[in-house]
Amino acid sequence: MVRIGAFLVGLFFAGWLFVSFLVGAYSYVTEPPAKTVEHEFHLAPKHVSFSFDGPFGKYDQRQLQRGFQVFKEVCSACHSLKFVAFRDLEALGYNEAEVKAIAKQWAIKTPSVDPATGEPATRDPVPADHFPKPFANNVAAAAANNNAIPPDLSLMTKARHHGTAYVYSLLTGFQEQPAELLKKFPDSKTPEGLHYNPYFANLNLAMAPPLSADGQVTYSDGTNPTVDQMAQDVSAFLTWTAEPKLENRRAAGLATIIFLLIATGLAYMSYKNIWADKKKAA
Amino acid sequence: MASVEHSDGQSLSGGEGVRRRDFINIAAVSFAGVGAVVVALPLIDQMNPSADVLALASTEVDLSAIQPGQAIKTTFRSQPLFVRQLTPAEIAEADKVDPSTLRDPQTLEERTVDGKKQWLITMGVCTHLGCVPLGAGEGENRGEFGGYFCPCHGSSYDTAARIRKGPAPKNLEVPKFSFTSDTAILVG
Amino acid sequence: MSFPWAEHYTPKHPLMQWVDEKLPLPRLVYNAIGAGYPVPRNLNYFWNFGVLAGVALVIQIVTGVIMAMHYGANDLVAFSTVEQTMRDVNAGWLMRYAHANGASFFFIVVYLHIFRGLYFGSYKAPREMVWLLGLVIFLLMMATAFMGYVLPWGQMSYWGAKVITGLFGAIPVVGEPIQTWLLGGFAPGNASLNRFFSLHFLLPFVIAGVIILHIWALHIPGSSNPTGVEVQGPQDTVPFHPYYTAKDGFGVGVFLILFTAVLFFAPNYLGHPDNYIEANPLSTPAHIVPEWYFWPFYAILRAFTVDFFFVPAKLLGVLAMFASILLLFFLPWLDTSPVRSGHYRPMFRKFFWILIIDVLVLGYCGGAPAEEPYVMISQLFAGYYFAHFLIILPLIARFEKPLPLPGSITESVLAKYAKADGETAAVPAE
Repeated sequence: MVRIGAFLVGLFFAGWLFVSFLVGAYSYVTEPPAKTVEHEFHLAPKHVSFSFDGPFGKYDQRQLQRGFQVFKEVCSACHSLKFVAFRDLEALGYNEAEVKAIAKQWAIKTPSVDPATGEPATRDPVPADHFPKPFANNVAAAAANNNAIPPDLSLMTKARHHGTAYVYSLLTGFQEQPAELLKKFPDSKTPEGLHYNPYFANLNLAMAPPLSADGQVTYSDGTNPTVDQMAQDVSAFLTWTAEPKLENRRAAGLATIIFLLIATGLAYMSYKNIWADKKKAA
Repeated sequence: MASVEHSDGQSLSGGEGVRRRDFINIAAVSFAGVGAVVVALPLIDQMNPSADVLALASTEVDLSAIQPGQAIKTTFRSQPLFVRQLTPAEIAEADKVDPSTLRDPQTLEERTVDGKKQWLITMGVCTHLGCVPLGAGEGENRGEFGGYFCPCHGSSYDTAARIRKGPAPKNLEVPKFSFTSDTAILVG
Repeated sequence: MSFPWAEHYTPKHPLMQWVDEKLPLPRLVYNAIGAGYPVPRNLNYFWNFGVLAGVALVIQIVTGVIMAMHYGANDLVAFSTVEQTMRDVNAGWLMRYAHANGASFFFIVVYLHIFRGLYFGSYKAPREMVWLLGLVIFLLMMATAFMGYVLPWGQMSYWGAKVITGLFGAIPVVGEPIQTWLLGGFAPGNASLNRFFSLHFLLPFVIAGVIILHIWALHIPGSSNPTGVEVQGPQDTVPFHPYYTAKDGFGVGVFLILFTAVLFFAPNYLGHPDNYIEANPLSTPAHIVPEWYFWPFYAILRAFTVDFFFVPAKLLGVLAMFASILLLFFLPWLDTSPVRSGHYRPMFRKFFWILIIDVLVLGYCGGAPAEEPYVMISQLFAGYYFAHFLIILPLIARFEKPLPLPGSITESVLAKYAKADGETAAVPAE
């Protein structure tokens, strides 16, 4: 009885799936799905190498400091970094006093309450504060940015596939819309106020090229601030903001795996030992 | 983790091999034990204060608005902190007491910073069972010794916030602090 | 319990004697996973996965209880408390990555455990109850994993919750009220998050309870073995301890090496980047996918694209997805072949490997975007999935000619060693 019922149910599901397949195949052949403009022109992130690549790579503190400078002078005007605190910057090699000064001089102030009146006010950030947001809320952010809300950057490099290379590619990927694209997809002209970038998911983004000219920031360590260099540095910085514990994680991992290899080797010998008599008995 | 007691080695074929086999079994179990202990460390450590809590472990207090005879109640490490400017009369009263007669012998000097004896900074946590004593707010009962009075079980503290009467065993705790300017302190 | 020749628990230390008189818990453990449980002597490494699943559950419960210490089950703060755990809590990143990857490894181990059961016919009499309870554990795991994935309140959390609860909306008439009831609102929100947290905390302990029943049911007939021939006497078994505790110790070591390699060096490989974006009810990710361990079932769900008369395709997909799991409950009565092990069933074995490929392809399609050709491939392979269990297995049982079985477990072991000795006679003894 169970088998008869099962047979019928199986026949139904398998049969109907086959019918669905035929219907799908028929329409696939008669009306092949049109390629979208994203299919044809979206590009995977560029290849770019960093000191923290590979299983044992580490952050380059000087590069992180340069990247932080780019973030401070360029990105932070519009993008928040809300999961990172000023005190975290000590990991970049700044000492306590420097962190305190960075926080105090930060252009955007931390919201607070006027102790006398209770009215909303602002104060200088302290190291314990997270980076203050440039806009009070999403409405203000959208209003100031042509209706596009600049995303928070704390986790950006983990929130995209190949995030570090993605950020780098996006920053260096702004270009004119290819003539070929317009020929093939005449309706896909980049709308007014948006900017063509083949590394962005739907090819047009609201952000104008943020790194537009070499020398946009002045590095104190003498590195030549080309657009490419600045893009690499800020990508490295944003990798750190997304994964600040990367070095601890890799060091702990190495120790753990070495320990486990030895322990497992011993466990294997012990297992073979204990079974030795059983195999001999055979 | 498997636990392989070395006594099981006895069931193995005899002779020279037994000792070495026992050794390997013991080593394997010991390694598992060491691993378990090492794993326990982060599992325990995660309950310690996190980095964001530790970052708030020091508090700056502005003293400029506190007149002699007044006190303010603020927070330090999520607990009440009393900051009081003593009047000369209160200082004199505190100095008058012979410390050796006290339950927790301390002089006012020992409880304040050199040259700034009028600034009495203490935790607002009764050393008996942790209630918040009265006396920092305007018009609150300051107890029979003119300092702080804990309403929970009636501990009375004097003008140097030393325990004088009631069940509390210790004086109100003076946290670590330093003057960052004439009118500001950093506690913690 | 089990076999008459099982060793008896005799506490030597007076303290253990005292405990054993008042509460025979040491005796219970001794008989369950100690020297008092005789186990077939010929188990291969595929029999390690039951213990490994237990290890994975312990890892999940320990790291999960710790995560709960730092987590705020509120839609306003859930995402940032998880981030704060990763950044500020001592070893918080370790706990979080261990918990997230631990779920994946739990499923890897359990899938291998299930496929071992499928190949070696472990679901057949007299072990039907072991199989049924195992499936209950599997269902509970799926529910727990789904609800756990919602808790970080990222984009995939939110939209996963919306899509999966939307499945219930496909049920005619009562569907929508059920969906609203599950969510405690009209879309995933704070109420949903709180109840998922509560249940996500509860269910692992229910799983632990059902595991005890699973092991209890297993100990009635005793463990199966690769030959599928039942134990006939003491010569066929060895005590669980130290023989299989030692073997499991080695297995746990290998498992931990693989687990920590991913945990420490590729902790986000098995996750989805979109879950690092905070939940946003106004913007759907381009491509919503569940975690990898649900992909085969997700492919079956999406394979139904054509209405069956008055039954909408969406409802068919939901029914088929649930049916694909529920049909496993009937397996002991669908596969009526008296031979258990796939080693001795040539036809069954071929179809078994086709099933493995089928499920892997379904998994791949489930993780791919809902585009052609993936939908068409899913349709063919989902069709095979149902045909395999509901049509092919019963037919094989009727028509297959099994290979000759060994007379006993010991006989098969002796044959194996005789063969091995012939090949490697020159190897010196250790």
